[in-house]
This record gives sequence, C-alpha cells and structure tokens, in this order.
Amino acid sequence: MTDLEFQPKIIGFLCNWCSYRAADLAGSTRTRYAPNVRYVRVMCSGRVDPAFVMKALSLGADGVLVAGCHPGECHYLEQNYKTMRRMTMLQHTLRQLGVEEGRVRLVWASAAEGHRLAKAIDEMVDRIRSLGPLRWPAGWQERPEVLAAIERVASEHASAAQEVAT
Amino acid sequence: MNAETKPKLALYWAASCGGCEIAVLAIDERILEVAGAFDVVFWPCVMDGKVADIEAMEDGSIAVCLFNGGIRTSEQEYMARLLRAKAKVLVAFGACAQDGSIPGLANLLDRDTIFRQNYVESPSVDNPESTLPTATTTVAEGELHLPAFYDTLRTLAQTVDVDYFLPGCPPEADRIWDALSAILAGDLPPAGSVIGARTTVCEECPRTRHEKKVKEFKRTWQVIPDAETCLLEQGLVCCGIATRAGCGARCPSVNSPCIGCYGANDGVQDFGARMMTALASIIDSNDPREVQRIIATGIPDPVGTFYRFSLANSFLRRSRRPVAAGAAAGAATRGED
Repeated sequence: MTDLEFQPKIIGFLCNWCSYRAADLAGSTRTRYAPNVRYVRVMCSGRVDPAFVMKALSLGADGVLVAGCHPGECHYLEQNYKTMRRMTMLQHTLRQLGVEEGRVRLVWASAAEGHRLAKAIDEMVDRIRSLGPLRWPAGWQERPEVLAAIERVASEHASAAQEVAT
Repeated sequence: MNAETKPKLALYWAASCGGCEIAVLAIDERILEVAGAFDVVFWPCVMDGKVADIEAMEDGSIAVCLFNGGIRTSEQEYMARLLRAKAKVLVAFGACAQDGSIPGLANLLDRDTIFRQNYVESPSVDNPESTLPTATTTVAEGELHLPAFYDTLRTLAQTVDVDYFLPGCPPEADRIWDALSAILAGDLPPAGSVIGARTTVCEECPRTRHEKKVKEFKRTWQVIPDAETCLLEQGLVCCGIATRAGCGARCPSVNSPCIGCYGANDGVQDFGARMMTALASIIDSNDPREVQRIIATGIPDPVGTFYRFSLANSFLRRSRRPVAAGAAAGAATRGED
C-alpha cells in the first residue's frame, strides 16, 4: 500500500451487544484488518436511522457500515429485523441517487465473530477502494462560470444604480 | 396611516410555480387588511415595480419580505441577496423556498441534462442547430447576458439567512393570515423557526388508526381505499406520519394519501429518512428477499416518494454528480491515518 493509494473513509455503526464486541475481539486477538472504519457504538443496530448514514455520506464519508447481532439474536428481540428492512429501503433510495452498491453495507457479526467482522471490513474497503472516493459535498459546488455570473449580475446592477443616481 | 409611516412589505418569487402568489390572494377580503396595514413596495406578480427602486432603498427599510421559490439561477440569487439586505424579516414562503420542493427534484439531473432535454430532445422543440442558452453571448452589437443556470437548485436558507419559514405547497390561507397577524402584532417566535404547527398530519387526520402491518405497498390507482381506516394500514404510502400539520389533513380526508407538502415536522432534518424509517418498520416480513420484493415493487420511485418536496434540503441535496477531473485531482480524498 503506497502513500498515494486512496484510503476510503468509512463510518461504522456497531451495536453494543454483538458487533462492537466482535470488534473488541478482533482487537484482542490481534486480527489484522483494514484500519479505515471509524466506529460509532450504538445500543442496537435498530438505533441507526437512515439519516445517520446519509449525514455521514453528505459530510464526506466514502462508505457506511452498519453491523448488528444475527437475525433472531437481537438483545432487543427483533430490532435488527427493522434494521434489515430500513437498510433495504435506504439502499433502494441511494441507488436512485447514484450511490453505488457496496458503499453502504449491513453486516451481522456476533460477539464471537471478530474474524467475520474483520473479513467483512476488508472486503468493504477493497470494494470502495475500487469504486474510488465519493466526495459528495463537491457535487453541490457550482461551476466557476456560474459563480462568476452572480458577481456580474451584482456589479451590473450596482453600476446601473449609480447611473440612476447621477 | 399614510404610506410614509406604514411598514413596507415585499413579495418575490424565484424557482416556483406561482401557486404561492395565488395562495396569498386566497386569504380573500383580508388582503385589504394587509394593504391597509402594509405599504406593498414590491410584488412583481401583481403590480409594477422596478428592481432599481429596491436597490435605492436603505438596508433594512422593508419590514417584511415573503420570498417564495428555490434558487436556480444567478438572477434569483441576486434578488435573494438584495431582498435579504433590504428586509428586516425575511420569510421563506412555501415549500420551494423552504425545501426546494418540485423544482428541487431536478437535482436528480444536472444543467446539461436539463438543457438537452428542454432545448434539444423534447419532441415539441425545433432546434436543428442544438442552440443552448449560455450566460454570455457575443453579437455584433456587443455582449448579451442571461442569468446563469445552476446545476443544483438551492433553498433560500442555503443561499441567505432566513428569519422564518412558512411551509406548504402552497401555505394554507389561514396559516398565511396567522403569520401576517403575528408579524403585525410583533408576536413572533424565535428567529429561524417555522411559523406553524409542531405535530404531524396524523394528528389532524380523522381516520382511525390501529397497529400497522403492511404486506404490500400499493399505488393510488391500484386501490379504492375505504374512507375510515388509516391509509397507511391499507398499504398506501401516506406521508402524514412525517409531515408537519397545518393543512387540516386535506388529502387524507378525501381518500388521497398525504404527499408531504408541509415538509418535515419540528426537529427533523431529513424528511425522507423519517419516511424510510417509519415505512420499513411496518413492513410485515422478516425475510430479506420478501422485503426486497415488497420495497422494489411497491416503491418504484423512492426519491420521488420520500423527497418529493425536500430533495434540495435533504442531507444529500441531489443525486451524485460526476466531479470535474480538475477538481478531483487535488481534493482531500485520502484518509488522515
């Protein structure tokens, strides 16, 4: 890995009961995996509102990982099913907005599956590296000629007002 | 009161349909009270007025400006900045000024695509040389200017500071009157707030509600809903659950699902995210494949459904736009660690 290689910036929402512990386990067993995910611990993957994911992307993240307990094993009974449905709904919407598959991913990892989480992260980082940076906020910036036009309109009006005054 | 001492009122429109202008007149004879209380100095839709007259005024000399429409061109941005400077209180009037609304859905495209569609590809256009509007054109007599057209429509608050928001497409006459009365009485909420209700359309909706479990989302043409039960329970995507009250639940009352024109309720930053969260919760299946199918077939146009009125004011604001190569090369693309 050279210095110039693109390093994806990924935000990871990990549930307190399974996936965050999986990340802990990956650490304590000294599993080597890509260091690109910034973790945010949430009590349950069901806490992750699609707004969190979109806010992360809108602020410059290249991808978002959501990880929780396996289906049927949620600490809060069945909230991870809601997560699954929400993430499906969100991915359906993001597709229409031009966000590629693989940038937003849902992974199940139990507290005993440090290795599984590490592997999923490695795959995700590879995938996003091949997609390239997302750079969402840059998409809002107008072209230079557009920005120049507003200055021109303002100065035209200023000089016209001057003429009226004199 | 004579015109000298009356507070001055301005109304302006940018990227909007004109419905907000009609909505102001929908307050009926109370418009005479508005005319009695305010000196209307600028309202291009209904009376003659010159931009130069506004430019000549001192900053802050207009008491209130009701501004409807999003910001799509350089001229609209100039007017937004001008009226911001001249008005003490600037109100983002209606869904377009507040959230971008329908014109903001063009943020799914960009300028080049919109121009090609409108000036070249549209079947009713006769433009053999594929001439497109440009901001500057040189002719024998000199340079001609047109307002520059933006890639991304912005809301008023993304362009200038806004004091109050009056939601709706268009705002209901009674809510407009409430706002104008509050301004006249000097009885205004803290700057930056929405003048309106702090609850959702469901609160005003007369339908009966039970636990919601949906196996299939239906389009309005597929079903004639019964008039008593919550539309969402009947499988119709009703946005009332996420939408600010204020309309009196007009659409659900006549068997038509809420489409969300009053925008997000207080404390919600992204209307579509609220809709996605709520709708996903009520899908009656835990099987990933079935969930995929229910969503893909029931909601073929998710952005148009969840962001019909708020794409420009959502977290993502627009669809992904390829960034020019020059801008991409030097941009901060690498992680810090």
